[in-house]
Amino acid sequence: MSTTNTTEVINPSVHNDLAELKPEISDLGLRRPDHSKNVFIDWMTTVDHKKIGLMYGAMALFFLLVGGLEALIIRTQLAVPENDLISAQRYNQLFTMHGTTMIFLAIMPLNAAFFNFLVPLQIGARDVAFPRINAFSLWAFVAGALVINFGWILQALEMFGLFTASGATAGKNDFVPAMGWFGYAPITSTEFTGAGTDFWIMGLQILGVASLSASLNFIVTIINMRAPGMKMMRLPVFTWMTLIVSLLIIFAFPAITVALIQLMFDRVFGTNFFSVAGGGQPILWQHLFWIFGHPEVYILVLPAMGIVSEVLPTFARKPLFGYAIVVFSGAVIGFLGFAVWSHHMFTTGLGKIATAAFSLLTMAIAVPTGVKIFNWVGTLWGGHIRFHAPMIFAVGFVWMFMMGGFSGIMHSSAPADAQQQDSYFVIAHFHYVAIGGILLAIISGIYYWLPKMIGKMWQGNLNIWVGIFTVVGLNITFFPMHFLGLLGQPRRTHTYLAGFGWESYNMVCTIGSYILAFGVVLLLVDMIRCFRSKKLAGNDPWDARTLEWATSSPPKVYNFAATPVINARDAYWADKYGPENRKLGEVDESHGIHMPSQSWMPMVASAGFIPLGLGLSLMQAGVPYAGYAAILGLVIIALGISLWALEGPGGYHLHPKKETN
Amino acid sequence: MSQTESHDDGHHGLMVKNKKLLMWLFLGSDCMFFGTLISTHLIYRKLYPEEFNPTQLFSLELTSFSTFILLMSSFLMALSVSAMHKGEMKSFRRNVVGVIFFGLIFLGCQVYEFAHFYHEGLTLDTGTFGSTFYLMTGTHGVHVAVGVFWLISMLFYSQSGKMEAHKNAIDVEIAGLYWHFVDIVWIVIFTVVYLIEFIV
Repeated sequence: MSTTNTTEVINPSVHNDLAELKPEISDLGLRRPDHSKNVFIDWMTTVDHKKIGLMYGAMALFFLLVGGLEALIIRTQLAVPENDLISAQRYNQLFTMHGTTMIFLAIMPLNAAFFNFLVPLQIGARDVAFPRINAFSLWAFVAGALVINFGWILQALEMFGLFTASGATAGKNDFVPAMGWFGYAPITSTEFTGAGTDFWIMGLQILGVASLSASLNFIVTIINMRAPGMKMMRLPVFTWMTLIVSLLIIFAFPAITVALIQLMFDRVFGTNFFSVAGGGQPILWQHLFWIFGHPEVYILVLPAMGIVSEVLPTFARKPLFGYAIVVFSGAVIGFLGFAVWSHHMFTTGLGKIATAAFSLLTMAIAVPTGVKIFNWVGTLWGGHIRFHAPMIFAVGFVWMFMMGGFSGIMHSSAPADAQQQDSYFVIAHFHYVAIGGILLAIISGIYYWLPKMIGKMWQGNLNIWVGIFTVVGLNITFFPMHFLGLLGQPRRTHTYLAGFGWESYNMVCTIGSYILAFGVVLLLVDMIRCFRSKKLAGNDPWDARTLEWATSSPPKVYNFAATPVINARDAYWADKYGPENRKLGEVDESHGIHMPSQSWMPMVASAGFIPLGLGLSLMQAGVPYAGYAAILGLVIIALGISLWALEGPGGYHLHPKKETN
Repeated sequence: MSQTESHDDGHHGLMVKNKKLLMWLFLGSDCMFFGTLISTHLIYRKLYPEEFNPTQLFSLELTSFSTFILLMSSFLMALSVSAMHKGEMKSFRRNVVGVIFFGLIFLGCQVYEFAHFYHEGLTLDTGTFGSTFYLMTGTHGVHVAVGVFWLISMLFYSQSGKMEAHKNAIDVEIAGLYWHFVDIVWIVIFTVVYLIEFIV
């Protein structure tokens, strides 16, 4: 019945007390870090999707603040004409890192936090399909974030005279990436930029590994780990969007991976992929980047749509209007996302046919997006609407996202886009999508699911103020940018002259950005109050619909005491209010619930990325022994993966008592 | 069936095991990866048809030989998967040794080819052809090397006696999937990078 490394807990009286279980011995004869009383070890070695999700969320919130701070410095610099708060070089670093941080280190991991925590719960699984790969993707993300931000540390050291650069790229004074989050060639060549670009290349590459491994894991989980009866068309919409986003990631990231490798070869080995002197075409970078970059836009926004599709039905107390068409529209958006990359390049001279084709396809994407908007409105129509905190932000999302969508449709027209290209109009457009759309949806998700995650309930009415400050702040910041763009203020320029009619708009934008930032700080205050709250959430504080609310808050380590059998879409709602034949069933788990053992190896393997990434980046800057650090990193990765394979999956069994709700 | 495996298996879903589905998805992603590399090569080839004439340099005999060897290694891989399913450890090991040996011959040919080309003047910075050719074929070579390393570690693991048909056949099978995929990619590269130069 059991393999060598499986401990059976026969006596049901010790069912829940993890501390009484003996640690497993791995295939290597080493002790697995299970049931550790040391909180630090427990979290570092965890393979529990819920803890991994919480760590993703904490990291992402930290980087949201970092990226926000960078944005505030940018806005302060732009408040008045000819401001000299920061140098042009520093300004370039700030807008580069603001974009990179917000996309790769804030929004994507915030989405990943929700994926991790919710998907196994929503499909009635005990965990993801590969718990250790899940831990690996978290720690690889941390390593990538460190590498990409390492330049700030060097910059600080240099400021205090503790570090000087020498070698090929010395004197370029940019340890921090300073070429924009898109890294257009040829500005990324060694001629123009220094170690910052190398940190950016290596950091993105590592973050790509993290995203890819997480996505592969989630696709397998969603396809293979569903509870009995959880048919594809019964999946919660959030899980559906996770599946689509994961597919987008595994098919879109290879393009940027190859582009980054080519760029690295250009910089390190003098190849000619993008170098004009050797015949390389900088435009190739734009194509490869946007073949990744446009699906990336949907990678960011589809989870937000998933969150809203969960929140609206719960608080309208109606099923999602047109479930099938919402799911299908998500898939169409994902599919078309691969066919519109060149609308980022209308002004590069693609030719009439290509421009017309990409223009048409871009307009076509508005159709499934519009379908979703109408379905959300249809969900609200005639519902018994309750305006709790998650609902405020979900409705805010629908409205604000639509504003971003409208200016998006304006961009799809190539002649109009030619006017708006590289102006503040574009900034206004994608910030309405990114903040008005994605961030509001994520805040909605935080208000909705945090009680489930930590088991405590929100207190007071601070959420209304969060809503007012973020929505008002974002409109004051970004609405004037439409006018600024049409008046011709260019993006990515560290200052401007007076007399173009830009002064008052810029001042208003800056004031708005502080209001928005205050709203985000209020959100954090509210979250801290929730953590300290004495009020317990209970299983189902919102009278919600999907399966995650059927288990306890916070969910036990094994998620469900008995695997549920699903007999309806909106499974938990049907269980509460539906007819007898739609209620949740239970799988007989008399043999116990199999739990995977914890492991150090995912963290060890991803720790190797840090010396690898930093070493390869610093080799160029002439730092001694950097090459050896890179080799050391490779050795650590190889060692970590080998030991990972050899230690075996391990595992033990729990016999939880049936919960009484 | 062991408990460990029953954990791996989904409750519901495709009739494909988790590990195998993961490998299929990874290979799908890898298709895009090689697709990008190969199209970069073809785009520059089309853009600068006169830049470099590789027909003088390519040795069709040598590359055909290494292609044939790689194809045959796939055949041996299929045999070792089948042997593992039947639990014939001896036959499995013999065939895996064959795959590793053939893989190493292929890598040897590639190393020889690279060295030869380099001495003939095709370097990484010879226009765009040198860049795209070496990066593309080199990346493929790295894939083969990873596969060889994977099979060698599997061979050593099989010596430990812990390898059992009911437990590890799936592991051999996904290593096989990977190996066949790398083989197929080479067929594409051989066709659109080598052969096509001699046709037009």
